[in-house]
Amino acid sequence: MAADAIVATGLRKRFVLRHTRSLKEAFVWFVRGRRGELVQKFNALDDVGFTVRTGETVALLGLNGSGKSTLLKLISGVLQPDAGVIRTRGHLAGLIEVGAGFHHDLSGRENVYLNGAILGMSQQDIEERFDSIIEFAEIGEFIDTEVKFYSSGMYLRLAFSIAVHTDPDIFLVDEILAVGDEPFQRKCLAKIRELADAGKTLIVVSHDLDLVSSVCERGILLENGRLVKDGDVASVVAELRQRASDH
Amino acid sequence: MQIPGAGGGLGAVLKNRFLLRLLVRKEIHVRYRGSILGLLWSYLKPLLQFSVYYVALGIFLDLQGTTENYAIYLFSGIVLINFFTEAFGNATRSIVENRDLIKKIYLPRELFPMSAVWVSAVHFFPQLLVLAGACLIVGWRPDVLQLSLALVGFLIVACLAAGLGLLFGAVNVYFRDAENLVDMILMVVTWASPVLYSWILVSDALGPWFFLYQLNPMTVAVELFHLGFWVPTLEDTTGPALMPDLLGLWVPIAAVLSLVVLFIGQFVFRRLSVNFAQEL
Repeated sequence: MAADAIVATGLRKRFVLRHTRSLKEAFVWFVRGRRGELVQKFNALDDVGFTVRTGETVALLGLNGSGKSTLLKLISGVLQPDAGVIRTRGHLAGLIEVGAGFHHDLSGRENVYLNGAILGMSQQDIEERFDSIIEFAEIGEFIDTEVKFYSSGMYLRLAFSIAVHTDPDIFLVDEILAVGDEPFQRKCLAKIRELADAGKTLIVVSHDLDLVSSVCERGILLENGRLVKDGDVASVVAELRQRASDH
Repeated sequence: MQIPGAGGGLGAVLKNRFLLRLLVRKEIHVRYRGSILGLLWSYLKPLLQFSVYYVALGIFLDLQGTTENYAIYLFSGIVLINFFTEAFGNATRSIVENRDLIKKIYLPRELFPMSAVWVSAVHFFPQLLVLAGACLIVGWRPDVLQLSLALVGFLIVACLAAGLGLLFGAVNVYFRDAENLVDMILMVVTWASPVLYSWILVSDALGPWFFLYQLNPMTVAVELFHLGFWVPTLEDTTGPALMPDLLGLWVPIAAVLSLVVLFIGQFVFRRLSVNFAQEL
């Protein structure tokens, strides 16, 4: 029995729709006897609970606005839940928003260091894996060019390459399989499968249901912030297709 | 198992020294991108500022007549105030400016204000060299104690700027008014410590309330810089050059105050940073 990689119980996340951004408005609201709500809220996630064992590959499924990305952000620690508990084991890295840590005015090389460090690599890790990162990204001689001159494909390839080289225990993947041209996509997919085979825990968010079914064993279906089905990926994909056609 | 996104406060910054260093290098690199003079700008700006004050106050208002080596007196205060202004101002903006990163990837958020303070220290260093050079020209003979006390002054300012930067940087996420408030504080700070004039003027004006002025850690830090750089250039050291009770009373008070500010800043920052990603 493998150890638990992620344990979530009763997760709730509320978001604020309307917001006052100035002290003046808050003050006026306060002086008027705090009438009405200063903010409007809605539940992006409500009472979501699940356990992922180490080495499992899980697809988070659901239509737009179902809470998938919010859940991913709770797992990565970017957001904190308003209720419930979430725990993770081991080093965690995300292929969320590939290239978020890039700076346009730095060269490819400098960005490898900066982004690698942001994703949790030590100086030694980066130096050891540097050549492998460049090779996988197929950047070649452009490594000392500022990334603002990169084509969008090169940019994404480099970002993806850094992320997969962080060697995390838990890997969060959000819609990155749309990266680059087809040969590179195949390469990325192969890399992700390789990680899964190596016993890494994988959490994948994607709207490409066929692809998800081929990468993941298990599916978790979210609808309007609630967990509606948790089971093997084929049955969950079928359920999602059923629900989508009912809409 | 661990809680994702549970910050470690300033301790986490120490654990991420490598990343901190890269963030500092990035900041410096990006600031001077495409500029021919590059880091030279951090010499030119304070030099111009110094010249303006020197001409206006030293020559026109003849403060150099009453204060020996007024140019050194002025410049040693200005470099310290510049460090504080830049560190505090940039730390306040650091969270909002790095929102793209904060919204997507979890990092110990204290890294951003701390790297802002560090960048300011990097800019402070060349100014310090210019100051030391100017001091040597007019016959600077500091002893070790005076230099270490100047270092204490620097550390007081660093703690104060970091604490205030954490505090206002966090509040700025919720209310962008904080930025403007900080700008106003920074306008006053040059005049709220004995940078351009001597403390004696304030003592005469405030009378029994002079202690309020002395409670300002910046006042004490500036006097420590005067002690380290200006006093050792004076030929006649018999007059009341520095504030009374400076070392015995006010330096410890300023040190404690700046540490308290750092603690409060860190405390508030940790409380507020939980919701940074959704508020930005």
